[in-house]
Parts: sequence; structure tokens; C-alpha cells
Amino acid sequence: MLEIKNLHAGIEGNEILKGINLKVNAGEVHAIMGPNGSGKSTLAQVLAGREEYEVISGEVFYNEKNLLELNTEDRAREGIFLAFQYPVEIPGVSNTNLLKTALNEIRKYRGEEELDTIEFLALIKEKMKLVELDQKFMSRAVNEGFSGGEKKRNEIFQMAVLQPKLAILDETDSGLDIDALKIVANGVNKLRSKDNATIVVTHYQRLLNYIVPDFVHVLYKGKIVKSGGKELAFKLEELGYDWVKSDVAETVAG
Amino acid sequence: MDKTIEIKDWYISNFGEFEKRLNGGSESSIHKKRKEALSNFSRLDFPTIKDEEWKYTSIAPLLKHNFIPSYEKKNISKEFIKSLLFDEMEHSLIVFINGRYSAENSVLLNLPEGVIVGSIADEIKKKNEVLLKHFGKYADHQNHIFTALSTAYTEDGAFIYVPKGKIVEEPIHIIFITSSADKKILIQPRNLFVAEKSSQVTIIEHYACDEESTYFTNAVTEIVTEENAVVDHIKLQEESKKAFHIARMEVDQEKNSNFSSHLISTGADLTRNEFNARFNDEGGECTLNGLYMIDGTQLFDAHTLMDHAKPHCNSHEHYKGILDDKSRGVFNGKVIVRQDAQKTNAFQENNNILLSDESLVNTKPQLEIFADDVKCSHGATIGQMDDEAKFYLKSRGIGEEASKGILLHAFASDVVTSIKIESVRNYIEKIITKKFN
Repeated sequence: MLEIKNLHAGIEGNEILKGINLKVNAGEVHAIMGPNGSGKSTLAQVLAGREEYEVISGEVFYNEKNLLELNTEDRAREGIFLAFQYPVEIPGVSNTNLLKTALNEIRKYRGEEELDTIEFLALIKEKMKLVELDQKFMSRAVNEGFSGGEKKRNEIFQMAVLQPKLAILDETDSGLDIDALKIVANGVNKLRSKDNATIVVTHYQRLLNYIVPDFVHVLYKGKIVKSGGKELAFKLEELGYDWVKSDVAETVAG
Repeated sequence: MDKTIEIKDWYISNFGEFEKRLNGGSESSIHKKRKEALSNFSRLDFPTIKDEEWKYTSIAPLLKHNFIPSYEKKNISKEFIKSLLFDEMEHSLIVFINGRYSAENSVLLNLPEGVIVGSIADEIKKKNEVLLKHFGKYADHQNHIFTALSTAYTEDGAFIYVPKGKIVEEPIHIIFITSSADKKILIQPRNLFVAEKSSQVTIIEHYACDEESTYFTNAVTEIVTEENAVVDHIKLQEESKKAFHIARMEVDQEKNSNFSSHLISTGADLTRNEFNARFNDEGGECTLNGLYMIDGTQLFDAHTLMDHAKPHCNSHEHYKGILDDKSRGVFNGKVIVRQDAQKTNAFQENNNILLSDESLVNTKPQLEIFADDVKCSHGATIGQMDDEAKFYLKSRGIGEEASKGILLHAFASDVVTSIKIESVRNYIEKIITKKFN
């Protein structure tokens, strides 16, 4: 589904990603872990098409399409969804307005009929249960005045409505208490299927107790330095990132 | 300088013709005011950017044209008028074409007994006492050259009178349509709205034109809100981008009165809107909200004055602007809290979004406080469109233009949502959508 080949990217002249290689197939969950500043969020933003980031070299294919040639909105319409680390507050735009516009633009792009208000309301009612959000929340402005947990739940709710093929969760767990974490993880797990894939970007192993990954990758200084199964996450939790850092140093020295 | 004098002579020289056309109307006390105003007009100078109040607004482009007072009767298609109406509403509508009342296009509905809605020209003829009592009392023509010009050429405009205790439930929609073809005409709507004690009315002053032509609208509106009266005023300005629009609104607020003004404007070539309200007694409440959306080389100037002359009054003012291309905006909002006016609450804010590198806003919120027990605040912001928010919307599959439209709608939304009537809000949403989508 997704293939990243030797990707170099950065912002304002600083190279942050220094040769990423990653292959994600349908039905898989990949966790990308790493210390702060290793480039995890940059990778997420580059995949979603944030214009401020500059791709220096490398290729990204998504379902046989050159992803880097697609603009942000078309990537979303092709089925990529980024759950933001810091969801943006947009005063004056209601959650309903955002979701209905987004959903119908995506449907239009795919040549599907737009949903009318009744169909739309039925859909969101069903999806809201998934992340235990109250109906009242739909008329509120996007993320405005939401608690940290509400913002993250809102991201997962949007994901549930838009039904992406590839979801990228950027630090969706950070700052969440265990109850909110369970709700978010439960939402993600219910959306898992053999047809779609998830990339979970996280600093902490804790989330991976609830969203069990098929593969774990460790990102350090802009490169994937280790890949393995879920046991890699446990080892990281136990030994800390210093283990990776020293390991890399050794490799370089050796 | 010389050119300016020529222009003044031009406007003065038209007066003889104007007087002839009044057809006997030149005997009234109103006519005395006209003549006084004409002599004030000839004494006063047109402002230049050396005047503090006109520092950022040069009217030189306006003075290049010899605008002709419009006398011809014009027909406007029903379809065009229909396009200016609000959906699903049955209410009184009065239409002025090139400044003159058009009875065949106007309709009065559901008005309580004693309420007068119509042409000020008719009321001048009838020597209406309310009119004679209030006309020209608030918009002074001694020191204001455009008001002097308006007063000198007083002929027609809207007159609304709501007697004591009467509630006009449906809004009154006044449309001023300019249809000038290739003639450079001068339109001078002169309006007077009087709401007596404990009455209530909503008035929409709507300026439109049927084609992109050059003309000059010089409008003066006087509003009297007597004790405990509630007046909601909405001004919609959808004019030609080649037009000139100079307007002044003077509001007199008596005890416990409640007045609100909403201005929604897509500008003209040059627009100057002056909104002045004065609390003459305690307990008044005043809201001044505005939204201006301009582009090209348009200049839009909003000048407001909130005069807290008495204690225990509240004023809220919020103006927002969206500027693109090389357009220029001016906001000058002054709040005066006089020595007597203790326990005043006065809030004022101006926010602007610049969509281009070359657009410009000069904003000057001013507070002059002479009382010591008051709550006042003011502020201004000028910024760009929020790129983070735009990326967020796009990352959900919403296209570039639609994202921009959504964010600009959102920026405008607190001005729009403060308008009480849904169908008017919907109409305004359409104006905004037309502008940005």
C-alpha cells in the first residue's frame, strides 16, 4: 500500500529525514517509535502533504501512485488520514460543517453520491458511539475549547467518519489519561481491517499495549535504525532510547 | 485646490435647477434648512488628508467627477429586485430607484396602526410634525461638508415612524437601487427613522446597483431611539466597484434605549461610512458591528464615534475586515466617556485579515475617558489567514479554495451570527459565499 524509498526531507533548509525506507501492506499496523527530535512528526507531516516541508530526494508510492505529486487534499481523498499531534482549533467552523464538507468532497472525488443531511446525521451518530462523544459536540467549533483528550478523540472520530485506507496517528496517545487512551485505542482497533493500514507514531510504548502493532520501527536522527516485531517495543520500554543511541554509535564506530 | 473649488461651484450651480423642480416645495421650513445648508456647503472645504479625520482617505478621486443629480425616472426589472430580497419573508419593502421612491415596487405589510413607512418627500409635503421636529437635528451640517451637501439637496429618502409602544415584528427592508447606465449621477438618500417610547423596529438599509458603473451615493441617516425603544439597524452595501459611497448615520439614544447596527459591505471604489451614536440618558445599550470585504484597489473607511455622555450605558463595537489585492481599509473607532458617564462599559475591537502582500489597513481604536469608574477596552489585530487551520482542512480532503472560503466565513461569523433574523443572515452568507467561493 505504501512504499517509502530513501526519503530525505526537511524544513527551512534543515534536513530532518535522512533516508527513510519503509513498506506498509494492507492489513498491517506499523509503530514508529523514537526519541524527541528524531523526525517522527516530520515523517507524518510529509506523508500528509504539509507544504512547509520540503522533500529533498527519495520516492513515496501509495497504491501505485506517486504520492509526492499529489496535493494535500487529494492525498486525503485517496484515503490518507493524519490524526494530528496538536489538532488545530478553528473558531467559527462547526464540527458538522467540517465533516460534512470533507466527507462530500471525498465522495465527489471518488465519483460517489454526496450524502444528504439525514444520511450524514445517521452516519455520525453511529461513529460517535465509537469514541464516546456526545452529540452536542457536533455543533461546537472544531477543537475550540476542547480538552486534550477531547481533541484526540475528535481526531479518531473524524477518522471513523472519513474511513481512510491509510491512517497515520501522530502521537495520538501523548497527554492522555488511561481512560481516554483506552477509548482512543478501542476506536482505532474497531476500524482495523484487512483492507486498511495504520501507522502509529509514538514516543511511548504504553499505547502499543492497546493497539498491538505487527511491526515496530525505531527512528533516530532521521533514519530507521531498528525494525522488528512488537517485542522491540518492550525492549525499548525496558532499556530506554539510550540503548538505541549507544547501539547506533557502536555501529558507526565499528 | 482649484479643481476642488470648481467642483464646489458645480454642486452649487445645480441648486437653481433643483429648486425649480421642487415645484412649490420651496416655501417650507425644510427649504430654509436646505438654503442654510447650501451656504454652509459653500463656506466649508472638502477634506484633504491633512485633516486628522481623513488622514488615510483621500477623496481626490471623487472630486474628479462632475456628478449630476438624478432626476430621470428609471425602470428596474422585477427579477433584479427579487434577487435582492430575503428568502421566505413577508415584510414591508420600500424601494428607491436613483434616490427616488418607487411606489410600484414597494409594498407595506403587517404594519401596526400609526406606523408610517415610506418616502420622506411625501412627509415633507404633508408637513409631518415628527419629521419637522427631528429632521437635520442630529446630522449637523455646519461642519460637515457632505452632510451640508445632502441637506441642501434634501428631496427623497426613507421615513419610518413607530409611535409609542408599537412593535413592528417583521423587518422593514429599504432598497436603494442605482441604475445610472453611462451617466455619472449623484444619489442622495436622506433618511429619518423615529422610534418612540417603548417601540420596536428592525430596519434594513440596502444599497445595490444594476451594473458596474460610476456614480456617487451621499447618504445621511438620522435615527432617534426614544426611551426604552429597541431599534435594530442593518446596512448592506453591495455597490459597483466604480462607485463612490459617502454615508453618515447619526443615532440619538434616550433613556434605556437599545440600538444595534450591523454593517455588511463589499465596498465601492471609495467608501466612507460614519456611524455616530450618542447616549443622552442613562441605561442605554448600543452595538456597532461591521464586516467589510474588499479587493482590487477599493478603499473602505469606517469611522465610528460612540459618545458616552451619561452613566450606566453599555456599548460593544466589533468591526472585521477581509482585504485582498491592493485594497485599503481604514478603521477609526472613537469612544468618548464623558465625566458624567460613570459605570460605563465600553468595548471595542477591530480585526483584519490581509489576503495579499499589497493590501493595507490603518486601524485606530481610540478611547477618551474622563470618568473614573468605568470598564473599557479596545484592541485591533491585523493578520493573515491561518495556514495551520488551512492545512488541517485540506488534510481532511477539503480543497484549497473551499478551505479558504470556510475559514473566511468563520472569521466573519461572529458579526453575521449577531444578526437576529435568520433569512437576513442567510442572505449575508450568500454575499460572503459569492465573494470567496
